[in-house]
Amino acid sequence: MNRKETTLCVALLAAGLIAPVAFSAYTSQIAFLWVMVIFALTWDMLGGHAGYNSFGNVLFFGVGAYTCAVIQRDAGLSYFTALFLGLGAAGVMAAVTAVVFGLAILDLRGHYFAIATLGLGIAGGEIAAGWRYVGAGSGLVPPLYPGQLGDRGLFFSYLFLALAAAVFVLFRRLYRTQFGLALHAIRDNEDKAEAMGLHTTRYKVTGWSISAFFLGITGGGVGNLIGFIDPHDVAFAGSTYGVWMLLMAILGGKGTIWGPVLGAFVFHITQELFWTYLLGWQRVAMGVLIVLIVMFFPQGILGWARERWPQRFGATVEDRS
Amino acid sequence: MSALLEVDAVSKRFGGVVANNAVSITVGAGMIVGLIGPNGSGKTTLFNSIAGAHPIDNGSIRFEGHEISRLRTGAIARRGLLRTFQQTRIYGGMSCLENLYISVPQSGMGWLESLRRPPPEAHEDAEELLGFVGLRSKRRLPAGELSFGQQKLLELAMALMNRPRLLLLDEPTAGINPTLINGLIDRLRRINADLGVTLLVIEHNMRVIMNLAEHIYCLAHGEILASGEPDAVRADSRVLDAYLGAG
Repeated sequence: MNRKETTLCVALLAAGLIAPVAFSAYTSQIAFLWVMVIFALTWDMLGGHAGYNSFGNVLFFGVGAYTCAVIQRDAGLSYFTALFLGLGAAGVMAAVTAVVFGLAILDLRGHYFAIATLGLGIAGGEIAAGWRYVGAGSGLVPPLYPGQLGDRGLFFSYLFLALAAAVFVLFRRLYRTQFGLALHAIRDNEDKAEAMGLHTTRYKVTGWSISAFFLGITGGGVGNLIGFIDPHDVAFAGSTYGVWMLLMAILGGKGTIWGPVLGAFVFHITQELFWTYLLGWQRVAMGVLIVLIVMFFPQGILGWARERWPQRFGATVEDRS
Repeated sequence: MSALLEVDAVSKRFGGVVANNAVSITVGAGMIVGLIGPNGSGKTTLFNSIAGAHPIDNGSIRFEGHEISRLRTGAIARRGLLRTFQQTRIYGGMSCLENLYISVPQSGMGWLESLRRPPPEAHEDAEELLGFVGLRSKRRLPAGELSFGQQKLLELAMALMNRPRLLLLDEPTAGINPTLINGLIDRLRRINADLGVTLLVIEHNMRVIMNLAEHIYCLAHGEILASGEPDAVRADSRVLDAYLGAG
């Protein structure tokens, strides 16, 4: 990590620690900012780095939300014990789901995979809405946060900050491993990757389940932060969370590490502003923003920057030899 | 000399078109074998059959004595039989160095091992191979920005990084600047002699293949028309007819 990056990381971390205390009225929004960062980073592992656009990642979020809430409901433990047990189980359950579906559909190439994932979130919502064990259509209510009113937002701001930081650091490392290079190779030329003997399906499934693991944990946490799990509007919210995931990654710059983080910040802040100042028109404004992004930054903000200043991103020709 | 690759009576049809009809070729370990023939004679189809890109209709393909005709591309590559493509295939968004790092042999690459960084040996090998193909100064450049000829050389380096025992080269000199071709012939010879890689080469450039190969097979209309030493094949009247269209 170079010095600029380290400075940026420390600054973000400091801001993340101070902000919930300094702006105690906005703890939920701050917590959701980190959730958005996780959304974008996890989507980007397959979508940006391997070129496999998924519209179904919200499935893992929903599976996590329900898994965590059911464990909290049935385990009969104290709030925090049950919460952390539930978050762990949520991650594992989501990862297992990704392995099962991944083995089934990650054999499909690019566009076909994207289409196959379209139904995943919707199917998840329909199943949850018809399944009495998880509350069917009326959803689930996770146990009430035990502390003072307002402590909940503070707690989850820090929880999601820690999770987002963990995802960032881990993914950054992973992209430099054989696994990371393999994802890039699949993105650039999957036929070649196969001809070179790479276990392409194995790498794709691995990538999807790593993303799913963290999305599952996030789902468990968000269920508790919101305090209510609706099958369609919270857990398997394909038309909001599901779409935002890829929008943020694309806005910031797919296939980079800082792009999704930047995209999540820009998107979340813009969205909050639209919600505050353009109420009633916020979705229209969001639509216009999306069109503008695609028109003027098809490669995302960082992709655009890389095209303008390639040397700053490491593309150099050396004179010697 | 033991046979590394034995292709025995392989046929491949696409609908009504017979692309390969009972083709048999043998490539001995350590040899450089050429495969020539007019456009559309079925050379690349034969390569695809050997490399597992599509199933064959009849016949058998043995590599080091094992039947490989039912294996898929990846599994065949992991056994040490690799091919390059007529239209180069490289990883355009990755730097030249990364293109090589990801080309290390994949047999025995476990799941946990793949979650580690490329080992230091890979760095050394990559630097050395980029030097070998004359691309060291471009090593940090995205491979997609290289010229076609340079991409071809990069693809060759990637194939070598994989340490294959048999390398199928589909027109290695096509699109390469004529002044570089002699250098390329020299490199292919060194790959064969120094690194012990057996080569099976499709080539349209007669001067190149006659210089390079020890043994040549000529395909026409999906069948083996002639085979033998370069001089004998060159003198064969059927080969001349096939190329001039008189056959």
